[in-house]
Amino acid sequence: MVLARVVGTVVSTSKVPQLQGIRFLLLERLDAATMKGTGDQVVAMDSVGAGPGEVVFYVSGSSSRLTPATEGRPSDATITAIVDEVELNGKAVYRKDAL
Amino acid sequence: MTLARVCGNVVATKRSDAVAGARYLLVAATDPMGNVLERTIVALDTVGAGLDELVLVSQGSSARQTRVTDKKAIDAVIIGIVDVVEASGTVAYKK
Repeated sequence: MVLARVVGTVVSTSKVPQLQGIRFLLLERLDAATMKGTGDQVVAMDSVGAGPGEVVFYVSGSSSRLTPATEGRPSDATITAIVDEVELNGKAVYRKDAL
Repeated sequence: MTLARVCGNVVATKRSDAVAGARYLLVAATDPMGNVLERTIVALDTVGAGLDELVLVSQGSSARQTRVTDKKAIDAVIIGIVDVVEASGTVAYKK
């Protein structure tokens, strides 16, 4: 899975029927050392209700169709988790809702 | 498979991958000597790997071929902890 931040949304109205009722979020891959964006961006289906700015991780390929929200949909990238904490080399580098 | 070093962990309570008691580790691919080459990915740990250990990571749909990840939304799984890497006749890594 890949660590990323939600940096935007993508809206599509003319689409295949299997895309009805699923949200697309624009993600940017994060470098765990700095928790900064690497510039690599992807559009992922949201299966956990991730919000803008949140740190998530997403799964790619066929596994991305194995969540209840994306089963049978033509997804190759699905957000499967909202991240609470990231620890790198024993140090907390990210904590959700940290002031 | 990829040789990788465990360099951290990720906690996520709100998930949709339906893996009970999941333990996600940050791993970075290494060369046979264990020197980190690439940036990190998140991999599900199934063998109790610890920080700085060298591990074997399987990715893609094959990551679902373990008891814990069968039919689960997982694309990277740690399938083993490395004790020794022997390369071109010399011991490149020893735990």
